[in-house]
Amino acid sequence: MEPQFVTTQQSSESTPALLFNNVSKTFPDGTRALEDISFSIEPGEFVTVVGPSGCGKSTLLRIASHLEECSSGSYVIDESSIGYVFQDATLMPWRTVQRNVELIAELHKIDKVTRSRLVQEAISLVGLSGFEDKYPRQLSGGMKMRASLARSLVLKPKVFLFDEPFGALDEITRERLNDELLRLFQLEGFAGLFITHSISEAVYMSTRVMVMSARPGRITHTFDIPFAFPRTHDLRYEPEFARICGEISHALRGEIK
Amino acid sequence: MSTTTESSTSSDLNNESTDSFRFSDYFGPAVVFGFFIGIWYLLANVVLPEQKRFLLPSPHRVLTEGFFVWHSGTRRGLYPILMSLWDSAKIALVGLLLTIIIGMSLAIFMSSRRWFERATWPYLVAIQSAPILALTPLIRALIDGSTKQRLLVVVLIAIFPIVSNTLFGLLSADKSQHELFTLHNTSRWTRLTKLQIPSALPNIFVGLRISAGLAVIGAVVGDFYFREGGVVGIGAQIDVYRARLWGPELITAIILASLLGLVVFLLFGWIAKKFIGKWHITTRGN
Repeated sequence: MEPQFVTTQQSSESTPALLFNNVSKTFPDGTRALEDISFSIEPGEFVTVVGPSGCGKSTLLRIASHLEECSSGSYVIDESSIGYVFQDATLMPWRTVQRNVELIAELHKIDKVTRSRLVQEAISLVGLSGFEDKYPRQLSGGMKMRASLARSLVLKPKVFLFDEPFGALDEITRERLNDELLRLFQLEGFAGLFITHSISEAVYMSTRVMVMSARPGRITHTFDIPFAFPRTHDLRYEPEFARICGEISHALRGEIK
Repeated sequence: MSTTTESSTSSDLNNESTDSFRFSDYFGPAVVFGFFIGIWYLLANVVLPEQKRFLLPSPHRVLTEGFFVWHSGTRRGLYPILMSLWDSAKIALVGLLLTIIIGMSLAIFMSSRRWFERATWPYLVAIQSAPILALTPLIRALIDGSTKQRLLVVVLIAIFPIVSNTLFGLLSADKSQHELFTLHNTSRWTRLTKLQIPSALPNIFVGLRISAGLAVIGAVVGDFYFREGGVVGIGAQIDVYRARLWGPELITAIILASLLGLVVFLLFGWIAKKFIGKWHITTRGN
């Protein structure tokens, strides 16, 4: 089957922000990374993928963002409005926080005045005001990640793809950034596709959690997370929260064997 | 992590860039210098057999007969040495400028076209190891004018480090950062100017520093073989002193030529610090 690829330029409320139809991916060396992946994400939904390492979670994001092509199936995404947050902050060490956050707007040739306004907004949204002139080496891991978030926020993307962005952070910083990201999610109303190893992070952040199997990656379970927004830190200690975590953990275990 | 601890890490990092006087930084060089002078005296007065001592006059004779004589006869004394040093310095600097322009253009083109990299690399390595001495008749036959000939020698001798270091730097930009640019459909030119060249700067400056030193050597070597209208560069001057067995002048000229190399080396170190010192940290184990 020939890979198909559809782009929508304007998306209204009714169309999903991201739609996968039977997407499969086989690498040239024969490794089957993804098999028959189908799902859709509406604006205002935050969907998290959990799965054993090497199950193709990252490949899923890379296909959604056109960094890689799928072998078969089709998908729809508003290409002009993707925000991508990498595993590490990928800041440029020679640029200050201000200039790093500016980068994407700069690549899209947005004029200087608009640019500096957008950058100021994004920097204050992630709580980095006052650190504009610092270089990345002067920042802690958490602050680097905030700067990286601000950089993708500048163009106000409708779809946000997160490739295990907080995986390398300590737990305290990580939970703090979870709250920050949830606040941004409510504020901006983007559609989020988030990848993580941590089940509690997945449940805390998401409106829906998808469990992927080991290679070839398939979506085996989908859990709707019923908790209302805004969510607070105490949610992590609710019995219902623990119950859902347990179910997801069970589903994952079934996959690992 | 709380905001207070986060800001304190940043001020810690700021402190390390401020210069502070450290005794050991000056003590070491002073001891080595004393050692160097001692060995010089030993060589000049004990080790060398008496009939060969004209080859290496003692340090104090170099000072009194070389450095402290301003001008005597047509080419004795410090003044003629300084004049030819200045002439060689000009050749070295113009040659270095040419080397930088040619070398960086080559490296940039090599980084974007793999076939070009594969095709040119063997010749660059060959140029680096080719004995310039053997090429002199050819250079003389092909190019008119000693200035151009000397510049060519400088470029040939100095070009390799700038090409190899620049190329290495351009090709080692971070993979995720490349992907960030891919995500936003960036042109090759933007990728080059906003990602590859800035991230290559530390490597480029390492190459520049080595090439700068080699450019001075190239200028001195060029003087040896390509001169017209009497003595011009320091290399030619050294050759004359050597032929006439003027020991103090010979040593003075050699020391000054080395100092030129040192000054150029320090100059480029300083320029590198100005350019990338704010964000690039070199680390030394302990």
